[in-house]
Amino acid sequence: MGFEGIGASVRRKEDARFLSGRGHYTDDINRPGQLYAFIKRSDRPHARIASLQTAQAAAAPGVVAVFTGQDMAADNVGGLPCGWQIHNKDGSPMAEPPHPVIAIGKVRHVGDPVAVVIAESRQAAKDAAELLEIEYDDLPAVATTLDALEPGAPTVHDDVAGNVCYDWHIGDKGTVDAAFARAAKVVKLELTNNRLVPNAMEPRAALGDFDTSSGDFTLYTTSQNPHVIRLLMGAFVLHIPENKLRVVAPDVGGGFGSKIYHYAEEAIVTWAAGKLRRPVKWTAERNESFMSDAHGRDHVSTAEMALDADGTFLALRVATIANMGAYLSTFAPCVPTYLYATLLAGVYKTPAIYAEVKAVFTNTVPVDAYRGAGRPEATYLLERLVDVIAHDTGMDRVEIRRKNFIPADAFPYQTPVALQYDSGNYEMTLKAALDAADFAGFEARRAAARAKGKLRGIGISTYLEACGIAPSAVVGSLGARAGLYEVANVKVHPTGSITVYTGTHSHGQGHETTFAQLISDQMGVPIDQIEVVHGDTSKIPFGMGTYGSRSLAVGGSAMVKAMDKIIAKGKKIAAHLMEAAVEDIEFDKGTFKVAGTDKSKTLTDISLAAYVPHNYPIEELEPGLDETAFYDPKNFTFPGGCHVCELEIDQETGVVEMVNFVAVDDVGRVINPMIVEGQVQGGVAQGIGQALLENAIYDSNGQLLSGSFMDYTMPRANDLVNISVGTEITLCTHNPLGVKGCGEVGAIGSPPAVMNAVIDALKEYGIRHIDMPATGAKLWEILQANRPKMAAE
Amino acid sequence: MPQVSLTVNGKQHTVEVEGRTLLVELLREKLGLTGTHVGCDTSQCGACVVHVDGLAVKSCTMLALQADGMAVTTIEGIAAADGTLHPMQEMFREHHALQCGFCTPGMVMTAIDLVNAHPDGLTDKEIREGLEGNLCRCTGYHNIVKAIAAAHPLMHGQAPKAAE
Repeated sequence: MGFEGIGASVRRKEDARFLSGRGHYTDDINRPGQLYAFIKRSDRPHARIASLQTAQAAAAPGVVAVFTGQDMAADNVGGLPCGWQIHNKDGSPMAEPPHPVIAIGKVRHVGDPVAVVIAESRQAAKDAAELLEIEYDDLPAVATTLDALEPGAPTVHDDVAGNVCYDWHIGDKGTVDAAFARAAKVVKLELTNNRLVPNAMEPRAALGDFDTSSGDFTLYTTSQNPHVIRLLMGAFVLHIPENKLRVVAPDVGGGFGSKIYHYAEEAIVTWAAGKLRRPVKWTAERNESFMSDAHGRDHVSTAEMALDADGTFLALRVATIANMGAYLSTFAPCVPTYLYATLLAGVYKTPAIYAEVKAVFTNTVPVDAYRGAGRPEATYLLERLVDVIAHDTGMDRVEIRRKNFIPADAFPYQTPVALQYDSGNYEMTLKAALDAADFAGFEARRAAARAKGKLRGIGISTYLEACGIAPSAVVGSLGARAGLYEVANVKVHPTGSITVYTGTHSHGQGHETTFAQLISDQMGVPIDQIEVVHGDTSKIPFGMGTYGSRSLAVGGSAMVKAMDKIIAKGKKIAAHLMEAAVEDIEFDKGTFKVAGTDKSKTLTDISLAAYVPHNYPIEELEPGLDETAFYDPKNFTFPGGCHVCELEIDQETGVVEMVNFVAVDDVGRVINPMIVEGQVQGGVAQGIGQALLENAIYDSNGQLLSGSFMDYTMPRANDLVNISVGTEITLCTHNPLGVKGCGEVGAIGSPPAVMNAVIDALKEYGIRHIDMPATGAKLWEILQANRPKMAAE
Repeated sequence: MPQVSLTVNGKQHTVEVEGRTLLVELLREKLGLTGTHVGCDTSQCGACVVHVDGLAVKSCTMLALQADGMAVTTIEGIAAADGTLHPMQEMFREHHALQCGFCTPGMVMTAIDLVNAHPDGLTDKEIREGLEGNLCRCTGYHNIVKAIAAAHPLMHGQAPKAAE
């Protein structure tokens, strides 16, 4: 057995089953007597349901039931709740219109559920749905972020005037305005952050089951956080107490945020299983994923930086309009506020920042957190703005960053937008990335490419993010309707093997390996004797799930806390067995020793004594070696780094070819370097996808035009390039592992690096800014419309 | 209902199916071989790739009845009888070429066919082009390309390249 502890690139424990076809995803689960649900969805962006006739569908072969929104409302089913409340500038709460599980009266986006058909087979349900007779009275629709605020725009919700969900702000406007008044120069940039469809490869699925004997409900679902689903669905939607509701999230095929939220289908199948006394399964077809999974991003922003004469940032002013879609998804309101505007200091010591954010309703799919959630939007805005400042002032883009970096000796650093960074070293990651990318040698490569008719560019981004969410009291004061601690239960079994139950969830992150390494490192037990269990509310005490790169920083810290309790108890048992004082017992990697002697006991000796307590301090100590810990983080963690992108644009076609991508990230202590590299590469691929390919496009009527893999460009192998990943670390100072998080850095740092490279490639055309995605078609038009400045001069 | 007779992973099956039943539905729902996945409805993602008479096929794009008399191999059928992983499976594990595992069965089946079809070797670019019918949202493909390159010599009887 090689080294398996912290820092080893251990091959993943979970891979054997995934590689052999033995993964266990929600749609792989079948229950006896199972029925199939098909959701009839609105094909109208905005309409009144004039009539809905279900009789023909209900009479179709194999159909067991057809339910509508009215049926569920009549059974006291509640609407889908929102988990975060934002307050307006004037202190009043945000508009929070109802979100029925199945539409009642009106549909508000293409994909809004209108009815559910439940039948003996998938095909029978789908066939019968064709027989539903639905008459709509179409209403004018609001299709885009900017349209929502147009005077006289149609209203998505009758009682939400002007479609404004909230009008929020952060920072000191007076100080910022004063700094702008005395600035030597102001640089302004208007930009959009394109709307994305997360597209985890596993479509969402849900299977509701009802035990007629016990009256217990079980929901199997594609979720990143089964306890959160149990809480939201049980308490707010179906009114089932926790003790009668089990939620299982088995193997889940990717999430990227889209599987955090409580979705209508989960409530529909659970409720229907109870009504029909039979299991009910629903599995999304990909077209349903496009029109029912929460989308990501979709901001329109204006950013202005006030500068002094030598390029020092004096103040930043940002105004953003954020699209919420037709309804508030579970965590939607916090994304463009506390996960976005609080990040606008970035890696820079900008002394004054003011941001205002208007969130608007539109007749589109709800928008919520997608990999990075708010932080990619902040990073893209800042890092494009910094390059535009360099463009407008003629200053060097690397030097202007260096000049404004928060220096390595300034931590802890309090930003003007609430966050306090605990650690970081932005010069270190910048230098490492520039060296790895041979930034200094770039101009020669540009010239060589030019000779071949290719426009070569290089772009950098120096970024920071906040993850490991988050201190419960802090997020509570900011509007969260939940605590954001994490839970671990560590069971040392009688013969010394260990099972760890974690409230986090793995859907690609490799927790079964990373957490086993963490336990192995501390407890001295080989990882093949450590089982990591997640995703089942009947096994795990509690948990808040996996998102915001929190699993190791928060969930891993809970494990450390639980192991500390195990070790403390083990020392008492060891002291008894070896007739020594507890204070004299030392624990190191599986062995309890009496200090200064050769007396020792193994973890197995202790666990056996704990479960077979014949010779045991039974008066003072309970038997067993099984401890649970809740860990509430003290602060966010702050990974950061530098990404460098090099690419070529074909001057004839506008097509972009990636040449090189280098990411150097500070993710804090690394448990498994192989897994960290994989996480960063995957995140970068999604960031490159956003920058060059992906775009969720609605037409002016509210129809989703890019609603399938035929129309929405997912990055394929040949669109990408090898992604070189390095780490240069500073330790997180406030969690016991010194870890920060690596799941989102790739998607946060990369889009501006790519776009800065695109614009650098077009240097001779004098292009100042292009909105994402920089598709071949868009670049071809730009190349046609602009003549090279050098040639013209 | 019409019948289809086919061999799946070496085992003979005769199954009643509707005319419209897809091969992937037969595999997942009738034979319980849930290793083959469905990730889309437009034949774009490749999560459902299996081998039909030795060639990679998107099983969502073939009717079950069209497989009559044919030999189908799925992800469940490529390891040796004693459980030893196929070199492609082993290299996917060695090079961390999978994360959530959902695209993995289709990716591995495509990769095996790709390597079989190119006995003389594959450049990274050829591997990337060869994966045009398979989507992965987790890995950024970097490690998938590495794994396939590493599996090539193993599958063609050459000495394994040392893993990094």
